[in-house]
Amino acid sequence: MKIMKSTPAWIEIIIASLIKTCGYSAIVFVGMIFFFLLSEGLPTLAKVPLQTLVSTRWYPIEGYFGITPLLGGSLVVTLGATLVGVPVGLGTAIFIAEVAPRWARELLKPLVEVLGGLPSVVLGFLGILILSPFLRQFLDLPTGLTAFTGSLLLAGIAIPTIVSVAEDALDAVPRSYRDAALALGATEWQTIWLVTLPAARSGVLTAVMLGIGRAIGETMTVMMVTGNAPVLPTSISALFSPIRTMTATIAAEMGEVATGSAHYQVLFFIGIVLFMISLAINVIASAVVFRQRRRSERILS
Amino acid sequence: MNKIQIEHLSLTYSDGKESLKDVSLDIPANAISVLFGPAGGGKSTLLRTINRLNDLADVVSISGRVLLDGEDILDAKTDVIALRRRIGMVFARPVVLPMTIRQNLTYSLELAGERRMSRLEEATVRSLEQAALWDEVKDRLDEPAVALSGGQQQRLCLARSLALEPEVILLDEPTSGLDPISTGKVESTLQKLKEQYTIILVPHSIQQAARIADHAAFFLQGELIEYAPGKTIFTTPSDQRTQDYIEGRFG
Amino acid sequence: MLIRITAPKRQRARHLAQRLGFSVLGLIAIGTVAPILLVVVYIAIQGTPAISLEFLAGFPSNGMRSGGILPAIVGTFYLTVGTAIFSVPLGIGAAIYLSEYAAESRWTRMIRIAIINLAGIPSVVYGLFGLGIFVIFLQFGTSILAGSLTLAIMTLPVIISTAEEALRAVPQAFRVVSISLGATRWQTIRRIVLPQALPGILTGIILGLERAAGETAPILFTVAAFFLPRLPRSPFDATMALPYHLFVIATQVPGMPIQIQYGTALVLLVFVLSMNIIATVIRSRARARRQW
Repeated sequence: MKIMKSTPAWIEIIIASLIKTCGYSAIVFVGMIFFFLLSEGLPTLAKVPLQTLVSTRWYPIEGYFGITPLLGGSLVVTLGATLVGVPVGLGTAIFIAEVAPRWARELLKPLVEVLGGLPSVVLGFLGILILSPFLRQFLDLPTGLTAFTGSLLLAGIAIPTIVSVAEDALDAVPRSYRDAALALGATEWQTIWLVTLPAARSGVLTAVMLGIGRAIGETMTVMMVTGNAPVLPTSISALFSPIRTMTATIAAEMGEVATGSAHYQVLFFIGIVLFMISLAINVIASAVVFRQRRRSERILS
Repeated sequence: MNKIQIEHLSLTYSDGKESLKDVSLDIPANAISVLFGPAGGGKSTLLRTINRLNDLADVVSISGRVLLDGEDILDAKTDVIALRRRIGMVFARPVVLPMTIRQNLTYSLELAGERRMSRLEEATVRSLEQAALWDEVKDRLDEPAVALSGGQQQRLCLARSLALEPEVILLDEPTSGLDPISTGKVESTLQKLKEQYTIILVPHSIQQAARIADHAAFFLQGELIEYAPGKTIFTTPSDQRTQDYIEGRFG
Repeated sequence: MLIRITAPKRQRARHLAQRLGFSVLGLIAIGTVAPILLVVVYIAIQGTPAISLEFLAGFPSNGMRSGGILPAIVGTFYLTVGTAIFSVPLGIGAAIYLSEYAAESRWTRMIRIAIINLAGIPSVVYGLFGLGIFVIFLQFGTSILAGSLTLAIMTLPVIISTAEEALRAVPQAFRVVSISLGATRWQTIRRIVLPQALPGILTGIILGLERAAGETAPILFTVAAFFLPRLPRSPFDATMALPYHLFVIATQVPGMPIQIQYGTALVLLVFVLSMNIIATVIRSRARARRQW
């Protein structure tokens, strides 16, 4: 058949460049966010002495810009969320991936996804109305708005992430590993803990790190239930008193600051800290995955 | 009249596998030329060079010429899209596109900008008849192609390659997944098609090569060892290595 | 002589331990999932009495304590659409680039790291960024435009990663066949790869938008208004939004009737969960209809 026309070459080139631009947009955006935070937040170091920043008093009206209680608040709440969320999340993931029969899995996976879709305001809302009065009565506390309340709800937010990533990782372990273990006489229980889980180690670790990342970065829930008292948590009992996280601080106070004022810049500075923390978590998580993959490649090749 | 002339073709992949070393070969028109030999000999590589499908792969170096009707298709200025329309290809596993039978056949025409219903319809019927599939599917042209059996799917792939009325058909172990009856149908179809087309085929067994080859080339680790008419090479090969392979001493 | 494989007593003990272990895991799983159901059911029960035509189609009055939440519903709808307009083309384009055009290189690794980082940035930091760039620097003001752009960047990672996965799932053989039939790369993508990946891509988009619709922190300073007497008329208007509205009436308004709070929560939940359901339906129907 004689040659017919086709898409002119120049259209292909234009399309390819448009698509390439889209591809690099992610780098552009991260760069923009980073530089913007720096430009609005770094001047803090000029205006506010470092000592003040690391002090333990956060009282912006009188010029006390100590970030430490906020950092402490975020860490305590996240730690609590991790202690609750990781075992529950991993346990659920293992159950879904390894133990549950097909019908249970088809039921559980969508439900966990629904949990993941719940807006954080809704969880915070229920926290105020139900969880915190309950905890106040049950644990006999002066107030139900505490770090502990926040931790429980944050666990609820982190768990769907942990479950879905970990479950994917467990699912990805080749059947042959399990079959080999069972053929050697291991029970299913032993296979899970001695073979499947270690094989999925990097994915599971990623899941945990992503969950922690979500917990640290959560704003609305903690703002609504942790009491918003910027007090440095110093002992275990601090878990049961009000604290304030970095995220809640930004959200609560940003609306009231004058653009360009010291307070404004400190809030951006806190934003930089949050950005760095999430960056660190991601770098560690991908380094773990990368090293694990290289090790497996060496073993398997 | 030689349809394709391969002159000192050498090719290396980045992983070093299946490369070609200084291959020179003439493919006559309107005949079935068979490339046979043990795995890794470079036969598939050669096929994919002819329709420039190797452009998609990790090729480190390539030298030599491949002339189609006297023009070097390895030249940088070649219109690769137009080239691929002149050459049809059938792969080892039947890969039907996820569409209806009819759409599988009109796909290549639509890519080329053909919109006239009459031409599309005509091409559909003709290529299905040429592939000996028309009678079996004429009532279900608008059903998904995946519903066909393995042998039917492969004949659909053959029909698909004929839709644009190419000049050359390349087949890479086209019957490797098929039962003997389907294999037989494909082989007799090829015998009919050679009157109009130039066919180059990599067989999946020596017996198949012996059955249908007009000309045969023996490849061993990237080198062309021997090239002779089908009638002689399988009974009285000139090179000892060819003889050893045909007799099953290795491979 | 016959060799006993395992002493029956030990075998029984092991089986018992296993069954115990599995039950514990099962209980944990139920412990994760049951609260979800309870939450949804509880909000439904408490909130339904507040739902009426007046509630859904009217404006708030008496300082939010009565009346309806129409402007919040409309606002969230506009924001979701706005987010989609910006994030969908960009996200799909980036996914196509990673899956179909770019070979794995140092640059593509950097792109992927950037995507992972975007995904990890706290939502309130997006709010800061949106405030600084869109509201102040580009002078869009507190507007639907600023809010949509902010939410779009936040939604980008989800769309890119699910879309890329959907594209990669399409068998490579289709591409090879298409090229061998004389197609260009874009023709192959447009006619075969993209249509086959579409259900997966759509699922990812809907899930991403679902999250955007429920977020409060990014819209706090970029678009959200406490109260507006009329519906927004242009992308440069501020607007009310459901998540922000819920936050406000739950924490900032004294004497707020509980029922209205639950009613608002219910509407938000329905908005978000219906997107979830649509995405799940698309995904399972596509899996059944797949031709490969």
